[in-house]
Amino acid sequence: MNTMNPSIAAKAGAGEQEPAIAVPESRPEDTVIEEGKTVGKPFAGDADSPKFKLRNVSVSYGNDRAIKDISLDIRRNEVISFIGPSGCGKTTFLRCLNRMNDSIEICRVTGKLMLDGEDIYQSKKDVVELRARVGMVFQKPNPFPKSIYDNVAYGPKIHGLANRKSELDEIVENSLRKAGLWDEVKDRLDAVATGMSGGQQQRLCIARAIAVSPEVILMDEPCSALDPIATAKVEELISEMSESYTIVIVTHSMQQAARVSHRTAYFHMGHLVEVNETNKVFTAPEHELTESYITGRFG
Amino acid sequence: MPKSKDDMYGDHISHQFNDDLANLKNDFLKMGGLVEQQTIDAVNALIDGDGWAADEIRARDRIVDNMEKDLDEEATQLIARRQPAARDLRLVIAVIKMVSDLERVGDEAKKIAKFALTLAEEGHAPRGYVEVRHIANHVTTMLNEALDAFSRLDSTQALKIIREDKRVDEEYQAATRTLLTFMMEDSRNISRCMSVMWVLRALERVGDHACNIAENVIYMVEGEDVRHTPVEEAAKIVGP
Repeated sequence: MNTMNPSIAAKAGAGEQEPAIAVPESRPEDTVIEEGKTVGKPFAGDADSPKFKLRNVSVSYGNDRAIKDISLDIRRNEVISFIGPSGCGKTTFLRCLNRMNDSIEICRVTGKLMLDGEDIYQSKKDVVELRARVGMVFQKPNPFPKSIYDNVAYGPKIHGLANRKSELDEIVENSLRKAGLWDEVKDRLDAVATGMSGGQQQRLCIARAIAVSPEVILMDEPCSALDPIATAKVEELISEMSESYTIVIVTHSMQQAARVSHRTAYFHMGHLVEVNETNKVFTAPEHELTESYITGRFG
Repeated sequence: MPKSKDDMYGDHISHQFNDDLANLKNDFLKMGGLVEQQTIDAVNALIDGDGWAADEIRARDRIVDNMEKDLDEEATQLIARRQPAARDLRLVIAVIKMVSDLERVGDEAKKIAKFALTLAEEGHAPRGYVEVRHIANHVTTMLNEALDAFSRLDSTQALKIIREDKRVDEEYQAATRTLLTFMMEDSRNISRCMSVMWVLRALERVGDHACNIAENVIYMVEGEDVRHTPVEEAAKIVGP
């Protein structure tokens, strides 16, 4: 009768003995990371040339090193998201991609940053032309205090993309359509842009970025000032735009990274810790630090 | 950072999240303990010809069913409110799947209890009981170890259980052959032997469920789905 004496009591109790709130011996954020070492798949295959080829990129503000030897390929027409705790360097790294850091005097960028095989930090590089190819959308919607029409038309005008008013009209309409804003604003193109809702303003900024036919769009937390519905619209827009553009998005919302991006890159204290397919990062990340961050163990 | 596997789910910024995951784990283990006990009791009731015990086991299946619903609800709430990711997500998803396995083990125990009752009413039928006892020992040990592997997040032990399942299948086939011989010897044995055959079948299924749980434990720990994968492939994922 007692040949099958179970150890059930011990088993059910085993779980309860575990402290509900465990105190880890060392905090995950204290992990020492080997410089220049990234797990996962930071590089594109040999078959297709990447849009951005970034090698051994370091950035320092004076004596502070904000980016430590990062190498990464950004593929054509992919949406890649940069995630990581505040101060991890993701925005600094993003701003290197169209030399937005140039305006900061103490900021020094080293390493190779190639856009379609061309070094974007070479001294004779035309930065204005670079920024037309690599557009940017910022955290807070920042439309010019002008009409909706003029906001979108400004870029094409200064870059000489339109010769006639009818051409300019066409660019404005197309850009607003792509940004999913046309139907909402077509009857009031002369209205001042700052009177729009936050979500509309952000989509206007995206339309403004699209208007100069960029190849890459950088987005620095584009939805952090928007409500959920406006966020959903911008995210929908990102998915649609990925057919024609390469998109790099910095976000604090991990759910957003999971929803919109093909690949996810995890930054930590200036290191690029892991780059992998988004599917993998959110179900089975390779690096312990990525795991800790996306599961809410620190951040 | 070397971290013991015990606090794998316990160091979130949100204490409530820690508690939610710990509760899910503990409730799952409680349900596992109950169905394991149900299976053992059912086999004992069968062998002892104890109809009264068999009745009790069948009544207790209600508790198992309720635990299944409660665990599913807990898991649903966790997904809705916490949006778990990575290993937390794998824990919740694995629990949702393994709960079905436990519930089915409960049903198999209930089935065995039903045959225990029938056989008790028909009088003793010791034929085939040696085989029943043997397989029952084997599969309940597997279930116990599967729950243990879950509790300790031990994928090596989980792999051992998957390997073990093949042996259960062999034992089941051997037992079936033995019972067939009994039936051929004397046709009056057929009805009772058929009942015992169903009990063996139920026990073999318990082994399969233990195996499913083990596969889910490997998924939780290693992040790789090893279902419908040759065991040697699974062994590579688990590592030495």
